[in-house]
Amino acid sequence: MIAELGLAALWLAAALAALQMAAGFLALRDAADGALAGLIRPAAIVQGVLVTLSFAMLVWLFAVTDLSVKLVASNSHSMKPLVFKLSGTWGNHEGSMLLWVMVMGLAGALIALVERRLPERTMNATLAAQGVVSLGFYAFLLLSSNPFERLPVPATEGMGLNPLLQDIGLAFHPPTLYLGYVGLSVAFSFAVGALLTRQVTPDFARAMRPWVLGAWVLLTIGITAGSYWAYYELGWGGWWFWDPVENASLMPWLAATALLHSASVLASRDALRTWTIMLGVVAFSMSMVGTFLVRSGILTSVHAFAVDPERGTFILALLGIFIGGALLLFALRANTISEGERFALASREGALVFNNVMLSAILAIVLLGTLYPLLTEAFDVRVSVGPPYFNPVGAIFTIPMLVVMAVGPLLRWRQDRIDRIGKEIALFAALVLAALILTSLLADIALLPLLGLALGVGLAVASLMPLRRRKLARTPLATWGMVTAHFGIAVALIGMASESAFTSERLAAVEEGGSTSVGPWTVVLQGVEPVAGPNWTAIQGRVSASYDGGEPVVLTPQSRNFWAPPQQTTESALVTRWNGQLYAVVGDRSPDGRWQLRLWWKPFVTLIWYGGLLIALGGVLALVGRVLSDLRHRRLAARIADRRADREALS
Amino acid sequence: MNWRLWIPLFAFAAFLGLAAYQLTQPKDEFVESRMVGESLPYFELPPAMAGVNGIGSTDFADGEPRLLNIWASWCLPCIAEAPHLENLKRQGADIVGVAIRDRPEDVARFLAQHGNPYSRIGRDDLSEVQLAIGSSGVPETFVIDGQGVIRYQHIGDVRASDVPVLLAELEKAR
Amino acid sequence: MIRALAFAAALVVALPVAAQQTMPPAPFAYRQLENPAQEQAAQELMETLRCLKCQSQSIADSDAPMAGDMRHQVRTRIAAGESPDQIRDWLTKRYGDYVSYKPTVSTTTWPLFAIPLLLVLLAGAILLRRFGKRK
Repeated sequence: MIAELGLAALWLAAALAALQMAAGFLALRDAADGALAGLIRPAAIVQGVLVTLSFAMLVWLFAVTDLSVKLVASNSHSMKPLVFKLSGTWGNHEGSMLLWVMVMGLAGALIALVERRLPERTMNATLAAQGVVSLGFYAFLLLSSNPFERLPVPATEGMGLNPLLQDIGLAFHPPTLYLGYVGLSVAFSFAVGALLTRQVTPDFARAMRPWVLGAWVLLTIGITAGSYWAYYELGWGGWWFWDPVENASLMPWLAATALLHSASVLASRDALRTWTIMLGVVAFSMSMVGTFLVRSGILTSVHAFAVDPERGTFILALLGIFIGGALLLFALRANTISEGERFALASREGALVFNNVMLSAILAIVLLGTLYPLLTEAFDVRVSVGPPYFNPVGAIFTIPMLVVMAVGPLLRWRQDRIDRIGKEIALFAALVLAALILTSLLADIALLPLLGLALGVGLAVASLMPLRRRKLARTPLATWGMVTAHFGIAVALIGMASESAFTSERLAAVEEGGSTSVGPWTVVLQGVEPVAGPNWTAIQGRVSASYDGGEPVVLTPQSRNFWAPPQQTTESALVTRWNGQLYAVVGDRSPDGRWQLRLWWKPFVTLIWYGGLLIALGGVLALVGRVLSDLRHRRLAARIADRRADREALS
Repeated sequence: MNWRLWIPLFAFAAFLGLAAYQLTQPKDEFVESRMVGESLPYFELPPAMAGVNGIGSTDFADGEPRLLNIWASWCLPCIAEAPHLENLKRQGADIVGVAIRDRPEDVARFLAQHGNPYSRIGRDDLSEVQLAIGSSGVPETFVIDGQGVIRYQHIGDVRASDVPVLLAELEKAR
Repeated sequence: MIRALAFAAALVVALPVAAQQTMPPAPFAYRQLENPAQEQAAQELMETLRCLKCQSQSIADSDAPMAGDMRHQVRTRIAAGESPDQIRDWLTKRYGDYVSYKPTVSTTTWPLFAIPLLLVLLAGAILLRRFGKRK
């Protein structure tokens, strides 16, 4: 009964999306038709409620492990801890798509409820575009991946959830990325709406900005968490490998970063109109391309999850309709939209444009490197593109971008002179040079990590400079947000450079009671014992580690065997200090009775993820700042309107 | 009309075309050896168990074409291909085996259970021969001609339909 | 990140095989070379070689037995005095460019290098067009 209720709600929501789309486009053609236009917002709101109801039903089915539902039977297990039963709802293809449309429905309902800044025509066009996108996903769910499908005969027991997914980090990592993707779909709808009515205005950018910011924050968190998760779960201490699936999550982030900055220029300076529209389309298309690559399985390395060519075809068709349509519209309409305000190179906008171009180039490189093996496979040649390609080629554009990022925020809008901020530039250059010389004298490290360290140090200081000569208490939140995010980039950069320059590794076969060392650490394997968890057994090493002869800390790395489904995972153990992390893994036993220990000392590696969190925090500050000032404007506008109405009533 | 505005659409269409084409292609995960057409590199392998002969690359240069079968007792598809190897042997093929990371007792048990089509079996504990001839998995079967040149590579287990193909390749290598 | 899922999928496939494999790993699969400079050269090389069995990992981060055997090859060859480039060539001669994550300019990979160059020019052109003409 619950499953049928969920399915019915989903069908109704789809019907409302169709209504929202049809009414939106009809109202756009015939502006006088008020009755149709009046339907659009309510349709969006009710649709949001219905799809949420549908998702709640699915969560319920997973919570009670209803084994007559195919999806539950093939992805859950009655013995699983409750939190993983719940997270199992979206740990599979169908459930994650339902989560996706639910958030999309809620986002649509929210803009229908609160967004009043845009002209009504643009708003209708935006909601119509949103209807198209939602309808596509509803069709996908209902026609090819029905999450509520019943089994003819209920299963006696579920198949279980992939053990690697039974981790609190990973339970929330994919949905964070989806929420980011959905945020970008809203930005896409705004861009298409503005393009349809040719009203690419600062108000449009202001309406779109919170969605882009929110999406960007979630993508940042998602990528950061995913990187940390891969780092501690995979057991080899790697945090980024330029794998196609990792790239699939990075590309929307790069596009969203560019979009965020160009939307800011449009909002405050009424410039970069077509560029912002283009990036709005590109950002969403990157999240769709990413989804396609991950789920269709057409890239060799992407076993990711829910791989199925039929679904791939469906996503590709949606991709073609949404993005192809939007790009066609762009090609037809964009030259009727004027560029907007002009500005000089030596200006805040100038720096932003420069970095937008750099970000787009980096995006193009990542896209090229990711898709290239696909292209050569069409000619029966297989190639691999990995870190030795992405790192140096990406650096060609990243390094100038970091330099401009350090000084850009110090420039004034519209027109400025470089020599006005000569002192600050000199300080930045001096810091970078000093760090460069000092590091290359003290340690023998490769060029890229060296540049990364030096630029990171310079940028860390430079990113705080916009706060100079300001009253800190009266500095707008959005400025704090920018400073925090830029500082976070510097922090992450230092972490990445330090990890790749200073990591020391020790692989050792150690008998119980034996010791080894890695970097400044002395490590003793005290013992190895079997342990058991709710749905796994493991061998656990008891390892005591002391830093530079100090107080020893005990770590317990495990090698786990899950039984539903049967699978082996390594659970690394970490000791975190302010200046880095010790990473320990216990491996197999060699025939002579010694145990394989894999140890790494990674100085300042944690800065990578602290940096990521700072970037996200910066986004949150900016988002809160923008929303608060919007609310203030709205209240002010309402008060002025009231007063005017009073005055008119009096006269 | 500004032609530049159409560039994104065309680029996207190209991607769409490529992706659609790749979706229709059957996905094979095979990594083909580049050593087909090259001479076998020099190697010398001890016997994989008591009572069989080991192999060396020089054994192949006697004018007779042979099949070189990369296999292991722990490999499940190898069980499936065992009867077809028997069939090849019955039809006159000389098959030499290379057992990958395998213990003599396991090899003996496997052969007792599933038959022994091999004239010699070498023991390759470090995948050295496997790497040297560009094989990336177990099982794989190579056709080596009488001069010790690799002529053909079959990836995956040998199925009934592969038997005539391998026999024909052997004939070609003669 | 989701690469982990790939890894998981690979494990699910590999496990029934691995479970029955009882041979100890190759001597230098999990053992470092004594000479730190050699070990570093080996490590850097291993990070750029593809594990052929696991599709999406370098041989430096895989527990697959074949990756272990490849690490053994790399370390023993480095110890014997071969240069990393010689070893990479030895492997690409057997497995093609697929085995190396470091593409080199060739008839099949030149666009990987031509397009970034084009992008540099394009970025320059866009910026010039935007800011070049006017003061």
